[in-house]
Amino acid sequence: MSGSQTALRNAAILILLVLICWQLLYWDVGDIALRSPAQTLSYVGTLLVGDMIWPHLWETMRAFVMALILAIVSGLTIGFTLGYSRSAAQTFEPILVAFYSIPKITLYPILLLIFGLGISAKVAFGTIHGIIPIALFTMNAVRNVRPVLIKTGKVMQLSQADMVRTILFPAALPEIFTGLRVGFSLTLIGTLLGEMFASQSGLGFLLMNAIGLHNIDLIMAITLILVVFAATVSSVLLFYDHKLHGQR
Amino acid sequence: MTSAAHVTLRAAEKSFQRPGSKEIVHAMGPIDLDLRKGEFFAVVGPSGCGKSTMLELIAGLTTASKGGVEFEGNAIGNRIPDGVGVVFQEDASFPWMTVRNNIEFGLRRTKLSREEREGRVSRALNMMGLSAFAESYPAQLSGGMRQRVCIARTLVTQPRLILLDEPFGALDQQTRLLMGDELLRLWRHTGATVFLITHALDEAAMLADRIGVMSARPGRLLDIVETGWPKDRDSRIVEDNRFGEITARLWRSLRTESMKSMGKAGAA
Amino acid sequence: MSRPAIYRLVIILGFVALLEVLCLTGTIDVITMQPPHRMIMDLFAMLSSGSLNAAIAKTLSNAAIAFVLALVVGVMTAVVLYRFRLARDVLDPLFATYYAIPVFAFYPLLIIVLGLGDAPQILLGFMLAVVAVIVNTLNGLDRVPRVLLKTARVNHMGPVETAAKIMLPSAAPYVLTGAKLAVAYSLIGIIGAEFIMSRGGMGYEISFAYNNFDNATMYPLIILILFVSISVNTILAYWEKRLMRRRGQG
Repeated sequence: MSGSQTALRNAAILILLVLICWQLLYWDVGDIALRSPAQTLSYVGTLLVGDMIWPHLWETMRAFVMALILAIVSGLTIGFTLGYSRSAAQTFEPILVAFYSIPKITLYPILLLIFGLGISAKVAFGTIHGIIPIALFTMNAVRNVRPVLIKTGKVMQLSQADMVRTILFPAALPEIFTGLRVGFSLTLIGTLLGEMFASQSGLGFLLMNAIGLHNIDLIMAITLILVVFAATVSSVLLFYDHKLHGQR
Repeated sequence: MTSAAHVTLRAAEKSFQRPGSKEIVHAMGPIDLDLRKGEFFAVVGPSGCGKSTMLELIAGLTTASKGGVEFEGNAIGNRIPDGVGVVFQEDASFPWMTVRNNIEFGLRRTKLSREEREGRVSRALNMMGLSAFAESYPAQLSGGMRQRVCIARTLVTQPRLILLDEPFGALDQQTRLLMGDELLRLWRHTGATVFLITHALDEAAMLADRIGVMSARPGRLLDIVETGWPKDRDSRIVEDNRFGEITARLWRSLRTESMKSMGKAGAA
Repeated sequence: MSRPAIYRLVIILGFVALLEVLCLTGTIDVITMQPPHRMIMDLFAMLSSGSLNAAIAKTLSNAAIAFVLALVVGVMTAVVLYRFRLARDVLDPLFATYYAIPVFAFYPLLIIVLGLGDAPQILLGFMLAVVAVIVNTLNGLDRVPRVLLKTARVNHMGPVETAAKIMLPSAAPYVLTGAKLAVAYSLIGIIGAEFIMSRGGMGYEISFAYNNFDNATMYPLIILILFVSISVNTILAYWEKRLMRRRGQG
């Protein structure tokens, strides 16, 4: 069985396991706290056919994409700069690492005070979640490029820009990509959390609303939509991640 | 007046400061050396004696702390001179490119027409026996073949000076011997001056016109041995009577130096 | 102190000084943020008055419990998964996509099932932290040099002994990496849960203070959490560095 066939088979097994556990949990806990997979799926169907959910979906997507672009561009820039310059790295890396380790959720009130309620706060939440892992992974990727490859570039008298473009970037790409993958997940979570606390629209807001109204159908439906979206994109990114690493 | 030598080291010395301490390490020199145009020159010496430093000085990858280095009569500053090719000990092939693209990368800074480029790449592929693997990726090749890719990448630029820093160090003995033969073929074919660093005495004795013996750190040239081999030689030169003498002479000079180096290396 | 450390200190102090100036001159209005010196003073006042000590203790102890649980269960799970390749391969995509899942959405469900005590929060913190531990521990186990495992076999060591005496010590730096992440995630889980729905704890107090424009309470609490997480992280990082250095990998 080929590699990708095995991967698909494993994914199918995983999904099946999740569904079974879900159903068992439902039978155990009951309607008071859960809905069965079938019920949730049909509710999702109803939602997608209707009008209510689409503006919220659009709102979340909008904020998420903005946050992601910001996080990627800034993260890559910071990562490359720190990876290239040893002194900058030595000075700033501990600050970055410390920032990574703090529960950014505690900064939300401050961000809310700065940005007010609205889309900029959400984008800010999303960005601060994603930017650090992207920067850190990129920095390490550039630092870990084998010295012999850089020496080779020097011997070929490559200009600085050429060196970055043709040697540094491709050599560092697998690890950068892992950082982008992690950044994607964290930015999504950050944007959602932002919506839960700081917004009047979007899936996060809907979720908080549903929690407040004890609307279990909606809670489960939204969670399912989010999980399917995140899992699908993440798996595609993971596939490419493995391919990039496999080339070595 | 420019000297007739292809490469000249004049009282060249290299010292550097260990990162994170005030200690200054005198790595190499002073060394005086003239490389004749078109000769095959090997350098042997104990570990840590500064052989690689000497190569990096000639390649322009580092500058001398004292004294100077010249290539074709021009001083080498921090610039990498044109016409110099370098092969390192570690595998420097780019894992994200095919063999062909790896080799073509060597022509990056040249302004050749497409036909010329393809021509040079094909010739290099042939010369190094890689034609069947042109579209493979380095990860699919053995260590020896990857080194051949690196050598081919150097060859396409038609260098006048080829520097090799223990290029076969990571390979097994039989492959080394065969690669040695290939190196000799290349040397004759290209007419370039070859500067080879190796820790294998038999390799130096077999391949080179002249062999420089370096002392333990700070490395200085203790002796230069002339082999006087005919130009069209190969690894079967080991059968010649003088091969044993030359290797013995190298070891005589090196043995004490190596022991000194091991003593120091214990503390490193 | 090394040069980069000095630069860092200067940058951080410079940033704080900048904030101080911006706040004092009114460029940043007092409703948004107070001057840093006020924050510190309020922090001391809060701690000495002890008014919020119960909340602080509640949050920190819950986070600690979640952390320890995540560490223990995470490491054991990783060791088991390392052994059973199929299970690991099946779960691998789950781990890789796990952190994009809004685990907080399950909080109300947890409350319904487990009641209104501390258990749902701790479980949430645990759920967030455990995967980081598993992934990093697996990474470390993958990097145990084969030759060490062969040595274990040659010395007639059984699987449990091999895991405990050879694999885990060898993977220790990576386990520590997972632990550092687990600290952050445990705190996020507890505090996030307290934001959403809680009767006490620092998250609840911060949320309450925010809604009541009580910056004098809100900022000190935030600073306290930042201080705790950075300290624990620094200790773990220091330990990790020592381990790496001892192995010549630092």
